[in-house]
Amino acid sequence: MSDQVQSEVRVIPDSVPFRRELYSRILKGCMFLCIGITAALVAFLILYILVRAVPYFSWEILTTKPSYLKGTIGVLPDILNTVYLVLTALVIVLPLGVGAAIYLNEYARSKKLVKIIEYAVETLAGIPSIIYGLVGMLFFCQFLGLQTSLLAGALTLVIMSIPVIIRTTQESLKTVPSGYREGAYGLGAARWHMIRTVVLPCCIDGIVTGCILAAGRMLGESAALLFTAGFAHALHGYIDGITSSGATLTVALYVYAKEQGEFEVAFVIAAILLVLCFITNYFAAAFGRHMHKIHADSK
Amino acid sequence: MNLLDKNNKDTVESIAGTIFLVLGIVNIAFVLLICIYLIIAGLPAIGKIGIIDFLFGTKWASTAAEPKFGILPFILTSIYGTAGAIVIGLPLGFFSALYLAKIASHKVRITVEPLIDLLAGIPSVVYGFIGMLVLVPAIRSIFDLPDGASLFAAIIVLAVMILPSIIKVSITALEAVPEEYELGSLALGANEIETYCRVVVPAAKSGIAAAVVLGVGRAIGEAMAVMMVAGNAANMPSLFESVRFLTTAVASEMSYSSGLQREALFSIALVLFVFIMLINAVLNVLLKRGGVKRK
Repeated sequence: MSDQVQSEVRVIPDSVPFRRELYSRILKGCMFLCIGITAALVAFLILYILVRAVPYFSWEILTTKPSYLKGTIGVLPDILNTVYLVLTALVIVLPLGVGAAIYLNEYARSKKLVKIIEYAVETLAGIPSIIYGLVGMLFFCQFLGLQTSLLAGALTLVIMSIPVIIRTTQESLKTVPSGYREGAYGLGAARWHMIRTVVLPCCIDGIVTGCILAAGRMLGESAALLFTAGFAHALHGYIDGITSSGATLTVALYVYAKEQGEFEVAFVIAAILLVLCFITNYFAAAFGRHMHKIHADSK
Repeated sequence: MNLLDKNNKDTVESIAGTIFLVLGIVNIAFVLLICIYLIIAGLPAIGKIGIIDFLFGTKWASTAAEPKFGILPFILTSIYGTAGAIVIGLPLGFFSALYLAKIASHKVRITVEPLIDLLAGIPSVVYGFIGMLVLVPAIRSIFDLPDGASLFAAIIVLAVMILPSIIKVSITALEAVPEEYELGSLALGANEIETYCRVVVPAAKSGIAAAVVLGVGRAIGEAMAVMMVAGNAANMPSLFESVRFLTTAVASEMSYSSGLQREALFSIALVLFVFIMLINAVLNVLLKRGGVKRK
């Protein structure tokens, strides 16, 4: 008996066994290595684009259109096309997305329908942009007869970015305390009146965040626009612009870099896109934080 | 309140209710629209070419005198390219996520996370552009090839592009693991790294699997960046040769295609769509099991 006890008592080692120590060290090393590579990658991308683009930046390139006569290249039409496209798409997608989110969160009674709609939205989020481009071309350009135009591109982007708006709106609708709704009902408000006056004002931040995220996605989109919005670089006002074919910044970057070999202007566009991406991310994060803060305060 | 007002209000309410119902159902209509258009546009060519010849034919010569429409090279390239991107991107993203979620100080985290967001937001053409100018020449000179535009270049660009989604979903999954698991493991004498790798990671494994599947979905659907670095010749996949993906097959010929060639391009899109639907179905199951929200 005592022998057995003796054999089971082991001395607790002073140091961690070598193998365990090695295992920990190696894994920790891997983590540092990977985060280092990732950070270096981001830093390289940003610095490379900015350093190569800065020498080519000039007031002229930003404010003129390309001219074969003078042999100059300007990106103003592409900037304007992008602005037209994003604004049009946002104006259309906002009511569609917010409305759908309100239906899912506030109105829907049938769980089955909610499930089906949510599944549809998830499916939309997963479809690659090239397929949106094809269907957009078939449906908007050919079937609806819009031709290759910014409007057809904008409508394609509407379908593409609906999931972003729905998701962010739904999230912020969920943060509105149900006490607010009950209070409004108790005071005799009907459903839509309650939503309009109580719920929606509470989730403006979420909706704005959704818009910014959607705008970011639209700014970066190219495959869906290639066949729907076209390649033209003409300078137009809004009405003419939206009904005619036009290249956005991303499409212009693709055409200049891949097909024309104009790397200078391509770098300028890449830098503009990078800055826009940074700005949209910053504002989305800022509004997101604001939303969380309000949510935390109201709890 | 008089009765007329009350009636007015009721009308407004019921109109509002109907409008929101319609706005909800519109989304289902969008999905159906996409499905139906792809099927209508894609099926005829598959019928004409024959499904076996189409899916398993190894030669794509759409503009030849005697055109051949075999898309096996594209399917295999898409699969190899995606697998390669995961092989490179997953360890990189997984360890980065583990570091950010568990080890990094608050200060490091709030500096690095916006950078990851930026990486996620950079448009794909910009990745393609940088890949074209930096990666392709580098591959050409390192491996001494006639042209650097190859499957390998595409794999690296895709790996970088899926990195942010892998990192972000993995972080969410790792943070969803209850703290008690960690505390229990630490109390039993495991050190921190052992706790993270042997307790937290297994507990978060469906979330991490979801991150991988999300990455697969991104990689297989990416068109522009790949088009700029992969060379676009319809070869059977080989690491250092010019290849064409399913997405780039559609994008590169669409602008000048006609007749059966054009129909075949829609069939390729249909095949791609089927792939994506399968991936989405897997993703949904994993996300539900992992309790992780899709970002």
